[in-house]
Amino acid sequence: MEILQLTISGIALGCIYALIALGFVLIYKATETVNFAQGEFMMLGAFAGVVLTMLGLPLLLAVPLTVAGMAGFGMLVERLAIRPILGQPQFTVVMLTIGMGYVMRGLITMVPGIGAGTHTLPVPYQGMVWRTGGLVLSVEQVAVIGVTAALCAVLYLVFRYSRIGVAMQASSQNQLAAYYMGIPVRRLNGLVWGLSASVAAIAGLLLAPITFVHASMGMLGLKAFPAAVVGGFGSLPGAIVGGLVIGVVESLAGFYLPEGFKDVAAYVVVLVMLVIKPNGLFGENLRKKV
Amino acid sequence: MTDTLLSVRDLSVRFGGVLALNGVSFDVRRGEVFTLIGPNGAGKTTVFNLISRIYPPTSGEILWQGEVLTQLPPHAIAAQGIARTFQNIELFEHATVLQNLLIGHHTHRAAGFWADLLFTPAARRSELAARHKAEEMIELLDLQAHRDALVAGLPYGVRKVVELARALCSGPRLLLLDEPSSGLNVEETEDMAWWIRDIQSELGITVLMVEHDMSLVSRVSDRVLAMNQGQVLAQGTPAGVQAHPGVIEAYLGTVDDVASLRRAA
Amino acid sequence: MRFLFKTDYRQDLSLARHSGHVFWYGLLLVCLLIAPGWASSYWIAQLGFVLIYAIAGLGLMVLSGYTGLLSIGHAAFLGVGAYAQAWLTSHGVPFVPALLAAGALSALAGVVVGLPALRVKGIYLAIATLAFGLIVEEVLARWDSVTGGNAGLPVAAPQLFGYVLEGPVAFYYLALAVCLLATLAVLNLLRSATGRAFIAIRDSEISAQSMGIHLARYKTLSFALSAALVGIAGALYAHKLRYISPEQFGIAQSIDLLLLVVVGGLGSVHGAFLGAIFLIVMPQTIVLAKDFLPPAIAQASGLQALVYGTVLMAFVLFEPLGLYGRWCKIRTYLELFPFYRQGMFRRQKAFQRSERLK
Repeated sequence: MEILQLTISGIALGCIYALIALGFVLIYKATETVNFAQGEFMMLGAFAGVVLTMLGLPLLLAVPLTVAGMAGFGMLVERLAIRPILGQPQFTVVMLTIGMGYVMRGLITMVPGIGAGTHTLPVPYQGMVWRTGGLVLSVEQVAVIGVTAALCAVLYLVFRYSRIGVAMQASSQNQLAAYYMGIPVRRLNGLVWGLSASVAAIAGLLLAPITFVHASMGMLGLKAFPAAVVGGFGSLPGAIVGGLVIGVVESLAGFYLPEGFKDVAAYVVVLVMLVIKPNGLFGENLRKKV
Repeated sequence: MTDTLLSVRDLSVRFGGVLALNGVSFDVRRGEVFTLIGPNGAGKTTVFNLISRIYPPTSGEILWQGEVLTQLPPHAIAAQGIARTFQNIELFEHATVLQNLLIGHHTHRAAGFWADLLFTPAARRSELAARHKAEEMIELLDLQAHRDALVAGLPYGVRKVVELARALCSGPRLLLLDEPSSGLNVEETEDMAWWIRDIQSELGITVLMVEHDMSLVSRVSDRVLAMNQGQVLAQGTPAGVQAHPGVIEAYLGTVDDVASLRRAA
Repeated sequence: MRFLFKTDYRQDLSLARHSGHVFWYGLLLVCLLIAPGWASSYWIAQLGFVLIYAIAGLGLMVLSGYTGLLSIGHAAFLGVGAYAQAWLTSHGVPFVPALLAAGALSALAGVVVGLPALRVKGIYLAIATLAFGLIVEEVLARWDSVTGGNAGLPVAAPQLFGYVLEGPVAFYYLALAVCLLATLAVLNLLRSATGRAFIAIRDSEISAQSMGIHLARYKTLSFALSAALVGIAGALYAHKLRYISPEQFGIAQSIDLLLLVVVGGLGSVHGAFLGAIFLIVMPQTIVLAKDFLPPAIAQASGLQALVYGTVLMAFVLFEPLGLYGRWCKIRTYLELFPFYRQGMFRRQKAFQRSERLK
């Protein structure tokens, strides 16, 4: 029973990691860049939600506005910061996104009144608990799992049955050829960043009732990297599975292993994975064709 | 020492569901220029990649001077005396031409890591030896003007030559040239033909090359092997292979086209 | 404009290519040697830090700048070196053997981290190094018996040949000596086959292999060397601060090191020094600038993060060759005046092409 309880809270946390990892992988698949600021996108999304509800908007309005707003922000970031350096070596882009993360974190602390402190997002199910079959489930966790599942289903349908998914793959494999095929590569990149940012925002809004909203919230994003790697960078289902694996491992480690292992469990898992199966669970084969 | 330098025996390789090579066999004799021709996707570069040990064959073997090659790791091939150029130039972009050539000489380095760290006289001597070899190649291929230029800024034709020079700097016995004239204009192709002849006669290096330019093939090759879809179509003299009906159908076009090629050569 | 007439291959091999080099670097060395004579004690202490970070910067430069292996957890090696030195000297090991041992231990750690590097590339490696860095930080915090845990560990002043090197001036000379040796070592490597092998691996692994370069061996070597240099810097760092704790070696420090190499100029020895100067000067500048900023900004906890992030982004977007690159452009401008052409150092527009084989 204990294990089941731990597993479920692990899955809930894992869903957050999964959503952030999903954001990474979306961007990576489309533009082969890694966005180290994904955690900060999540943090900004959470703050946006908090601010909107503080201004008096009902949650039902604040959430879609936040998601849409972050989508726009993601597209803006792509247009201003990422587009100029597309095509440069990966190192360069990674450094840029690290810098972006720092800037976002720094700027948020300067917002008067809000930036410095910790806030909550007033959700209707706050603090509620379900008791079923001996399990005590916090509704916040269930909400996380439910929303993540729904989001995955929606994204799956979009990528499977729409031209955008195919276009994304094309432009990620050979950008020049994609241009020639008439694929609006730059617009597509913008869309992908927008989508990624909004997924991060949803993660932030889901996480807000659980861990509260503060400027360093984005540090959680660091754990999403192991999630993406475990699943296999470049695989969307892999990101989800990877996130869940990391979440569950962390949860179990926190209970069964001595203190301190919980924090590094994710990283140990990723190192083990890189030694055993470097391409991750669903990963791709990286080999340069000569 | 036998006459056959490289022997490819019944080589096959499968990538997933695709049979890229199917029982390919040929011998390369010492001192000759042996050319592989065929349409794109025939498996010519795949043969090169197998010789370079970039991936292992599914079956068959490659014999180098009588010894089996297919067990060696990729970095041991250069020490065996086999050098290659790449179809899509794989130069070290952020280094100068001279540095590229010096790296070509790597297998002959006479000093180890600690000697390098302290730059002992042994390391110095090794460096000078590498430099001598590099300068020989620069002289052979007329690269003096580009010696200290970063590769990244050089035009395509020059890069092709640098790639050739770098391969030569390792002092090979067998040189694998992957489409040496692709992307070169008429004048540059002329130069390339002369250089291949020089490499064969002056440097005594055996050349195995992949080429599409039939006039170049006719001019420099001693023997030709035609491939199609991973299999050998024909083997023989350049004229003989170019007259082979199967080769003409698969690769060269109609009989009239071949006649016009012969006139150009 | 200077025209170099070369008559001997040895000219290309030597560290100083022409008399100008000899003069200016000689002058620099003299200035550094007499610095305690004309600079205040505070600035000597800062210079000490610059030298330490320069050594660490050289380490990261070898790995990321010259071998092309991105590492986001390099502060781990700083920590390993620092704690190793602290532990060894507190147990009676003399300074120099302890320093060498700290470097060796770091090198060993580098080999361990490098093992996944042999099988993975690019971003996977970066994440492996990130993971390693975070694990090491946690280990340093938990291994109370050796490291003192989160409470930290005091470190004695360095003792050389019986003399206790107290105070910034003595430490400065020690750091200067170590830094000079480290720089010489790296420069030697770069003008020889080993350094070129690193560059080959960075630019084209397949091609490097066909030239006879054993990828696994050289990558491991690069990791070990890089870790050793950073470990030695860490050992000096421990002696300088006289007190170390695990949080000094976390991800913030790793990103600081990356900032150092990017701002300094990736792929150049000068870059390590310019980046180190930047890294030490920047916080001071921020503190000075705080007086001129409105309180909402000046008091914000994220001010340093904002400045660092902005600088990083600015360099990546506008000056990818770093401070050294900017210096090269200025120098070329002055040398070629008035013939300098606008596009001389322009980055070629590259279209992204996936290296993944699907």
